[in-house]
Amino acid sequence: MAGQMEFVQNFPCFSIMLCMFAGIISSALKGKAAKWINTAVLCANILMSAAVLLFAVDKGGYYVYVMGQFPAPWGNELRVGVLEAGMALFFCVIMLLSLMGGRHKLIQEVKEGKHGLYYILTDLMLSSLLALIYTNDLFTAYVFVEINTISACGLIMIRQNGRTIEAAVRYMIMSLLGSGLFLMGLCMLYDLTGHLLMSNIEGKVREIYLAGTGSSYHIPLLITIAVISVGLAIKSALFPFHAWLPDAYGYSTVSSAAILSSLVSKGYIFLLFKIIYRVIGFEVFHDSKIVNILFIFSLMGMIFGSLSAIKENDVRRMIAFSSIAQIGYIYMGIGMGTQAGMVAAVFHVLSHAATKSLLFIAAIGLTDVSGGSRKLTELTGSGYRNKIAGVAFMVGSLSMVGVPLFSGFISKLLFSQAAVQNEGKMLPTLIVLGISTILNAIYFMKTVIRIYTPVGETEYFGVTWRENKGYAAALVCFMALNVMLGVFSQPIVDLIGVGLDSFSA
Amino acid sequence: MSKLKSEQEYEKTAAFHFFRWLSGSKDPYLDNVEMKPQEEYKEEEATIQERMREQQMIRDKVYDTEKNKRLLFFRYFYRIMAVVFCVVLGGLLLVTVSYLPPTGRASKPDNNEVAARYIENGMQETGAVNVVTGMILTYRAFDTFGETNVLFIATCCVMIMLMAEDEELKKQELLNDRRYEPKNDAILQGVAAVLVPVIFIFGIYIVLNGHLSPGGGFSGGAAMGAGMILYVSAFGFKKTQRFFNEEVYKIAKVSALCVYGLVGIYYYVTGANGLDNHIPLGIPGHIISAGIIFPINICVGIEVACTMYAFYALFRRGGL
Repeated sequence: MAGQMEFVQNFPCFSIMLCMFAGIISSALKGKAAKWINTAVLCANILMSAAVLLFAVDKGGYYVYVMGQFPAPWGNELRVGVLEAGMALFFCVIMLLSLMGGRHKLIQEVKEGKHGLYYILTDLMLSSLLALIYTNDLFTAYVFVEINTISACGLIMIRQNGRTIEAAVRYMIMSLLGSGLFLMGLCMLYDLTGHLLMSNIEGKVREIYLAGTGSSYHIPLLITIAVISVGLAIKSALFPFHAWLPDAYGYSTVSSAAILSSLVSKGYIFLLFKIIYRVIGFEVFHDSKIVNILFIFSLMGMIFGSLSAIKENDVRRMIAFSSIAQIGYIYMGIGMGTQAGMVAAVFHVLSHAATKSLLFIAAIGLTDVSGGSRKLTELTGSGYRNKIAGVAFMVGSLSMVGVPLFSGFISKLLFSQAAVQNEGKMLPTLIVLGISTILNAIYFMKTVIRIYTPVGETEYFGVTWRENKGYAAALVCFMALNVMLGVFSQPIVDLIGVGLDSFSA
Repeated sequence: MSKLKSEQEYEKTAAFHFFRWLSGSKDPYLDNVEMKPQEEYKEEEATIQERMREQQMIRDKVYDTEKNKRLLFFRYFYRIMAVVFCVVLGGLLLVTVSYLPPTGRASKPDNNEVAARYIENGMQETGAVNVVTGMILTYRAFDTFGETNVLFIATCCVMIMLMAEDEELKKQELLNDRRYEPKNDAILQGVAAVLVPVIFIFGIYIVLNGHLSPGGGFSGGAAMGAGMILYVSAFGFKKTQRFFNEEVYKIAKVSALCVYGLVGIYYYVTGANGLDNHIPLGIPGHIISAGIIFPINICVGIEVACTMYAFYALFRRGGL
């Protein structure tokens, strides 16, 4: 038993359990009460995660939290370091802002009696994300992947029209294929190593790896790594597996779209980071050549995602297609197979989460003042009709394109630096990065120019920020977060480096 | 005011009509146009059929594979690729399995210290004779709490899909409670009257003996849920609602999950902080023993039974 624990060290366990309690209790309450409970839980989680982050930065390294009387290989445990605590804090903030920014659409688009259910889904979604972040046990991760999948389906289909139900069915089929592959990989890994605890698996995997091709377990190990990577890639919409994404993000209610694009897919990517470092081991993963496949997929995704976005005439679907390109960036960082690439990938997780939810929420303000039409042609001049949404959309676009001062610039800079240090993959990375940036600029700048093109006569009315203060506040916070990630990037990058070091320790 | 024309003559001139129209003192339509109350537009049978035929024609033309070669290609391509994908994935996994360590060997990697401690010390450490229950509810209590929440969230999603929200719709569904089943089937009711109490008692037995014999909350709860489904199909919702309606469902579900959560968090926090949790393990083999397993099994049983019944009721008529 780890000696005397400080009270702060209990917070990860508290925050997971708090979200679950909130979901359970909300199921007996009306929608209004559920909303307040949800907001309170999110605020409490932000405070607790911040406290844990401060503690982790202060102490350095990581600590293990035993969930119950029995230590790790027998019981469950959580493992908390700088990266985990920071990610939890960030996810809670994004979720709070996404819900705040999309609340008026939720009231319009979802039936009155189902608001309570919506908040139950978000509570449990947050608990599963936190558990995925903190857990040190592969099977616990699988249990919470299940919760995550089911609640994501609910978030998509709670706005009930034909398109969302079709999107939810598609999401469910693809996502279950991903879960199934992940589960099979997990079973094979258990069969090969006899453990479910991440750190114990790593030791055994290293033994198999060191035995080389002489070991009869060499081939199943390779297939296991492939199956797990592909399973998680399907769930986070890497390029050839992205078919479920545009409808799911494009037609669901805006909070759901923001949560799905910036948190759900990132939760799986974080799990993949964890598996790479703590289950399979960075070197083994790097030598397995699976990395190269992910790298090629990611490069294709960066280009084809952007091309689809250029062709799109529906602003929500355009932003959704841009997600495919951005997920490609993250996998490119993983695919480089270097520490610098990983740091860039983690930073891009943050940057993309902050930017994509901002874009979705800003776009809904623009379509609202264009008669609810999502066609790009109808959006002409909408930046003047809803000023704050226009500015926010511009900030998001500039960040996505990679203009200095905003978070997207830093991630592109980190990716290029990582590419320069990597001999084999430098040229393809830099070329595709350049092409993708130009394509990004084409479709985002096209939209920004359109929303700021003045129109003389228009039948649409403008709105001011006073009419919906929660929405305006959410957008301002998102913009501040974006600029903060862009301007104070060095401390954050340093923290990610420290976090990754203790991650693999 | 001198008048060139008399009042009556003036009323016949165009100027009089113009100024009367201009001042609005007479509505030109009033008394001149026959007014009929508006009727709702009704489409005639012939036009409806015409429209349907046209739609069908469009559909036929679009999906006519004779002319739409791309669709034909896509259909075949899709089917072939689906088969190829399944065969390749299945083959890959089968090949992998052939490399995995064979079952039953002592040298298998999963015969390690983890399994050894579960089997050798399981009874002393958890107080449960049934090692499997001891493992999932004591050693790995957190996983099982997550698994119970999977059921909870699944019910929520089914509610989103199928719960009837509209009052009108609700009434309709309530009246149509037995659309597909026979009303008051004597055989079904007779059998149910005998079987339901037995199933319930058996389910409760499985739940309460979870730590002593094979079974536990999940299997016992499923048995109890099956008993309730049998009861409701034999006697209808009206009779079931006398003892199990939406209120009871909510109270049962929320209190079961909350008790599990509270027991769980007390157990995790005391365990993690190295405190004594003061939960007596009792004597292995007694009905009230095995620490937290006994209450948790009851909670899981209630939750599973509620979930089974809720799925059935929601699919059948969109409400509990």
